[in-house]
Amino acid sequence: MSTYVKNIIDKYNNDETRLMDILIDIQSEIGYIPNEAVEQISQSLNISIVDVEQTLTFYHFFSQKPIGDYVVYLNNSVVANMMGRSEVAKTFEEEVGCGFNNVSDDGKIGLYSTACIGMSDQEPAAIINGCVFTKLSPARVKDIVADMRAGKNVKEMFNEYGDGQNNSELIKSMVFNNIRKRGEVLFSDYENGAALKKVVTMTQDEVIEEVKTSYIRGRGGAGFPTGLKWDFCRKSEGEIRYLICNADEGEPGTFKERVILTELPKMLFEGMAIAGYALDAKNGVLYLRSEYTYLKDYLENIIQELRETNQLGENIAGKQGFDFDIRIQFGAGAYVCGEESALIESAEGKRGEPRNRPPFPVQKGYMQQPTVVNNAETLCSVVKILLKGADWYTMMGTRESSGTKLISVSGDCRYPGVYEIEWGLRIRDMLEMVGAEDIQAVQVGGPSGTCIGERSFKRTICYEDFPTGGSMMIIDNKRNLLKDVVKHFMDFFIEESCGSCVPCRALTVILKNKLQKILDGNGVMNDLTELKKWCNMMKQANRCGLGQTAANPILTTLENFPEEYEKLINKDIDFNSGFDLSAAVGESCEAVGRTPNL
Amino acid sequence: MSKPIVATTSLAGCFGCHMSLLDIDERILKLIELVEFNKSPIDDIKKFTKQCDIGLIEGGCCNSENVHVLKDFRKHCKILISFGECALMGGLPALRNGIPIKECLDEAYLNGPTVVNSNPDKILPNDDEIPMMLDKVYPCHEIVKIDYYLPGCPPRADLIWEALVALITGNELKLPYEVVKFD
Repeated sequence: MSTYVKNIIDKYNNDETRLMDILIDIQSEIGYIPNEAVEQISQSLNISIVDVEQTLTFYHFFSQKPIGDYVVYLNNSVVANMMGRSEVAKTFEEEVGCGFNNVSDDGKIGLYSTACIGMSDQEPAAIINGCVFTKLSPARVKDIVADMRAGKNVKEMFNEYGDGQNNSELIKSMVFNNIRKRGEVLFSDYENGAALKKVVTMTQDEVIEEVKTSYIRGRGGAGFPTGLKWDFCRKSEGEIRYLICNADEGEPGTFKERVILTELPKMLFEGMAIAGYALDAKNGVLYLRSEYTYLKDYLENIIQELRETNQLGENIAGKQGFDFDIRIQFGAGAYVCGEESALIESAEGKRGEPRNRPPFPVQKGYMQQPTVVNNAETLCSVVKILLKGADWYTMMGTRESSGTKLISVSGDCRYPGVYEIEWGLRIRDMLEMVGAEDIQAVQVGGPSGTCIGERSFKRTICYEDFPTGGSMMIIDNKRNLLKDVVKHFMDFFIEESCGSCVPCRALTVILKNKLQKILDGNGVMNDLTELKKWCNMMKQANRCGLGQTAANPILTTLENFPEEYEKLINKDIDFNSGFDLSAAVGESCEAVGRTPNL
Repeated sequence: MSKPIVATTSLAGCFGCHMSLLDIDERILKLIELVEFNKSPIDDIKKFTKQCDIGLIEGGCCNSENVHVLKDFRKHCKILISFGECALMGGLPALRNGIPIKECLDEAYLNGPTVVNSNPDKILPNDDEIPMMLDKVYPCHEIVKIDYYLPGCPPRADLIWEALVALITGNELKLPYEVVKFD
């Protein structure tokens, strides 16, 4: 029995629901998870080897073999590619001497691609041994590789530090906040603990009533009324209740949570405590994406500080019986874990596969107990709502969308970053605000959202018109919309589908192949008809939000940019399979050493 | 009116679908009254001698010859029907899809338990007369337009019969569950 694995397992009390943490610790300790460790975990936790392996193989950042002393995860999102990722990737390959998905011959440096890491406002970016490197250029990559060869500590390889708390002792990262617009709710004056003091003088029903009256809706994107969710949870039968803050933020183009966690963590934890009070939950979990591991020490330190100032722990704010504490649960690279039931599975140490509903998480969630999962931005807003009142809050925004919203702006614009806007802003005004010109399209809400063009710029950002979780990717006229954006998004969904529902597992690939066929010039009108038909099937036949929206990149561009497809279509023929005989026989002729005679 | 003309072929298949076609028993006499056969293993006509109405394709495409035959069928037949799992989806031959072709050839001619040490010159068949293998086994509709599909491994004789008769007479096709199930 290896002692370090034993120590890690002991640290989590042989608890199988903490399997994620055990695997994360082993991965970070020795760089991979060897088979012996898997056996040891299986014995100690009294679960089968397959149970360990199914979690282990589900997540992108776990590996079963050594992947290098330095592990480079270069972001491969659409925005990263717009900002020059391919040159950066090429330089990495040349300097390291191996291609991506490989480790250099000396085993020192591993090169890997990864989905959006939440740095769309400062791309191209990479994560190297947990540390984020932003605004990479070929020249910068050469320095970084030289530093890795010289065996430097990763933290000594930064050439600058970001602003605000990014520069603080416990973070010390290159990341910039890029807060471009401060609104009245989140980025306004904040006195830590004031709301909590007020809340403990109210009854739980009063708190929930206030949140209901404010009509705040979930900021993750789905927009479910928060007060109602709390009410459902409190009325559900259970031995114990849980609150989970969803800071998984995997939607490409979103990075607002990164800024909240960096600049407003106390507000977030206060919001969690308030929710804990209202729900009668004693335990809170902050589910954080692995990409934000660089914030771990900083956040844990703040949680400790809040315990010491009686804002977490027992008898909070002097209120007898108000006990609430928070633990941080890291993910390990899986977009689908942003879906609340997949997130719960993951927090229980399992594969991040969405659950069937009902029962809903408010009925049977974490550990099969009533659970509220709220977005980080929602919980921060709640702090201000309770301090300043629901009436103050509903004065902002529109009738059905009260308050403010953080939007993450990236892509082709002068001022990428986070903006706190009032709901009801017109897309056109937003584009002007962020300095975007010569715009072809805006991808609203990430790949699972909607791709819109000029015609829709008069619409407004709000639940009544254009609801969004906040990702705004701006694509100008020099981009090839189908090739550079839509196809890329489809690759993303193929990679991130959990594979549970057949349509999501298979149709994502089939749709992408169809799109490729059209891009290759082999499309006929019937291909467009089939694309539409199959995209709609995805909406109906998949279990979770990922599968239901995975065809949106194609569906919404077919709707809003039909001319982009039609100009590639040969309208004179009604069938073209695109089959290329000479290409299909090439491999076998080469293998046997003959010249194709077609 | 002259009788509709039918052609059939087996590409990368096992002839099981054709066997199933013969399984229509005494109805074969009725079939001969209904249709005329052209290129088909059934009457051993090797080449198309005229334009046909219906082409029945068994098997997918695993080599260049399959592709040529399939395209020839498309050219000569008004209606093309894929019948059987291999024509529809690639079937058993498609098990090699996903394995690099070099590995398949090495296994078949150099390293497999029945060939190891029996090919001292390590020759992989490369004569120009031999059809060239495709990178993978393709279902027919990924190469030419297919009008109808009859599933099964093999499709039941009753399904083939009912489908042909419906097509020829213009009557509605009766498809009870027993007839279209796969096993």
